[in-house]
Amino acid sequence: MNNIVVLPLIIPMFTGLLLAFFRKNIILQRTLSLASLVAVIGTTLYLVGQVRNEGIQILEIGGWQAPYGIVLVADMFSVLLVLTASVVSALCILFAFQTIGVQREQSYFYSLFQFLLTGVNGSFLTGDIFNLFVFFEVMLLASYVLLSLGGTKRQLKATIKYVVINSLSSTVFLLGVAYLYAVLGTLNMAHLSVRVAEVGQSGFLTVVAFIFMIVFSLKAALVLFFWLPESYSAPPTAIASVFAALLTKVGIYALFRVFTLIFYHQPEITHTLLGVLAALTMILGSIGAVAYRDIYRILVYNVIIGVGFIVVGLALFTEQAAMGSLYYLLHDMVAKALLFLLGGIIITVAGSEQLKRMGGLIRHYPLLGWSFLVTLFALGGIPPLSGFPGKVLILQQGLAKGVQYAGFNWLTALALISSLFVLFSLLKIFILAFWGETRPGSNAEIKNINGLLVPCVGLLALSIFLGVGAEILYPYVEQAGYSLLNPQLYIEAVLAR
Amino acid sequence: METLMSVLIGVLFAIGAYLMLSRNLLKIIMGSSLISHGANLLILTMGGLKKGGAPLLGEGSASYTDPLPQALILTAIVINFALTAFLLVLAYRTYINVGTDDMEQMRSIEDE
Repeated sequence: MNNIVVLPLIIPMFTGLLLAFFRKNIILQRTLSLASLVAVIGTTLYLVGQVRNEGIQILEIGGWQAPYGIVLVADMFSVLLVLTASVVSALCILFAFQTIGVQREQSYFYSLFQFLLTGVNGSFLTGDIFNLFVFFEVMLLASYVLLSLGGTKRQLKATIKYVVINSLSSTVFLLGVAYLYAVLGTLNMAHLSVRVAEVGQSGFLTVVAFIFMIVFSLKAALVLFFWLPESYSAPPTAIASVFAALLTKVGIYALFRVFTLIFYHQPEITHTLLGVLAALTMILGSIGAVAYRDIYRILVYNVIIGVGFIVVGLALFTEQAAMGSLYYLLHDMVAKALLFLLGGIIITVAGSEQLKRMGGLIRHYPLLGWSFLVTLFALGGIPPLSGFPGKVLILQQGLAKGVQYAGFNWLTALALISSLFVLFSLLKIFILAFWGETRPGSNAEIKNINGLLVPCVGLLALSIFLGVGAEILYPYVEQAGYSLLNPQLYIEAVLAR
Repeated sequence: METLMSVLIGVLFAIGAYLMLSRNLLKIIMGSSLISHGANLLILTMGGLKKGGAPLLGEGSASYTDPLPQALILTAIVINFALTAFLLVLAYRTYINVGTDDMEQMRSIEDE
């Protein structure tokens, strides 16, 4: 029992509720929301230390014993994700202070932002599959409103599709929960794992596993990403970057949790299929990333490639590969937020989303240009930046597995080639927007973007730390990978007393 | 009883799917609502249908109904209620703003 586990979701929840009462007082809203995020970061850092020293921490809510009540479980994998999510959202909210506009600030923007973080952190920490559904809904409802907040034509059109698709996938999630309860009679994830191990993963349970795979693939944008390009390019930059950094990652987290803790008995069926899905995602994402000449479109397809790459680590299903995926997940959260913020600034200063109407930005905005270049190198996986450790671990494991089964060689090759497509598509933005002649008329007056660059530089520093400091993080990531591949640790922490 | 419920759930899903495939926004919302009712009934059925027992676990009671599916459905209904309300308002706003409720005309931004 450790009450600190609940703080990362209860602090933003109460802050969000409180802020709803002070909608006109913008100064108070800003201060409180930043303070809440700092508090979450502080408690999560403390929690990381506790998990490192004392193992997995749990909290039985209301004192109800584990398989009967709801538990929150903080293992290293989820705590590191909570920590990164909170840091990234703190920096994005700094960006939002300057760009989001008074109208949105007075229309509950900060409350919704806190609720979004509640949902995200809750999904990472919960140990009950129905509770996971509830936190998904908390996160999604906040994201629906954030996406449509402002009510422009483009946002409304995008929100309609986003809401309908997500409500359908939530219903499918419920179906999965119902079948699981019918077969196994429990919803606690650790207990589910025990029961699946007892009865064996029969054909029926594998079908249920596929239902969950469909649901989480839709949330994570794994192959089922048709909803993503439009909805991530419609909202203002600060919101789009939080979405790109956090929302798909929650789906990926759920895939990891379910397919390492509960349905891990038949990897030749489930994990092979995940590998195929990851391959398809990388191929389609790469095609999308090179096909468009519109900054937002290129960036959203880069999000999709990243999802495919992370799931490769799950498909390989070894401890090292899981560590690689975690390294890459942390990197991807930071780098995607950074990429979207920089993309938003480029669009603001150039006054257009189309690359053909840009050029010569480096002359007036050197810092912006070089930050973008470093970010694109980080995403391409060039050492010593943050993409490198994750990529190297996943590719190593891919080749090692490829010796046993040739299909993994193809997957590894695709993962490697997709990095080239990432580099190519982003270099295209860099070359067309920053080099060349300044377009007449489009950026006549030079805007002051120093304030906007502060959160970007913060994220950039974090990204460099994740690369250069990979050695410092290694013991933490190793612990996370070990506990993912050894589900009995999780089960013992939750059920044994 | 379970068989009958399965048929009913199947019918709800079929109608819901049919409505969701139409072009009219309001029909899509009705469809998603029907499908989620189907899902709620499925949870109830999956928990096992029994007669003659209150959903409690007391020391002396000989028979009882499993209360968990009901608790799950309650949560799901509340969430779905909020979602449908939001979706209806959103559809209205979109209709006022875009001037149509035809999904064909809600294709994405400036396809070049």
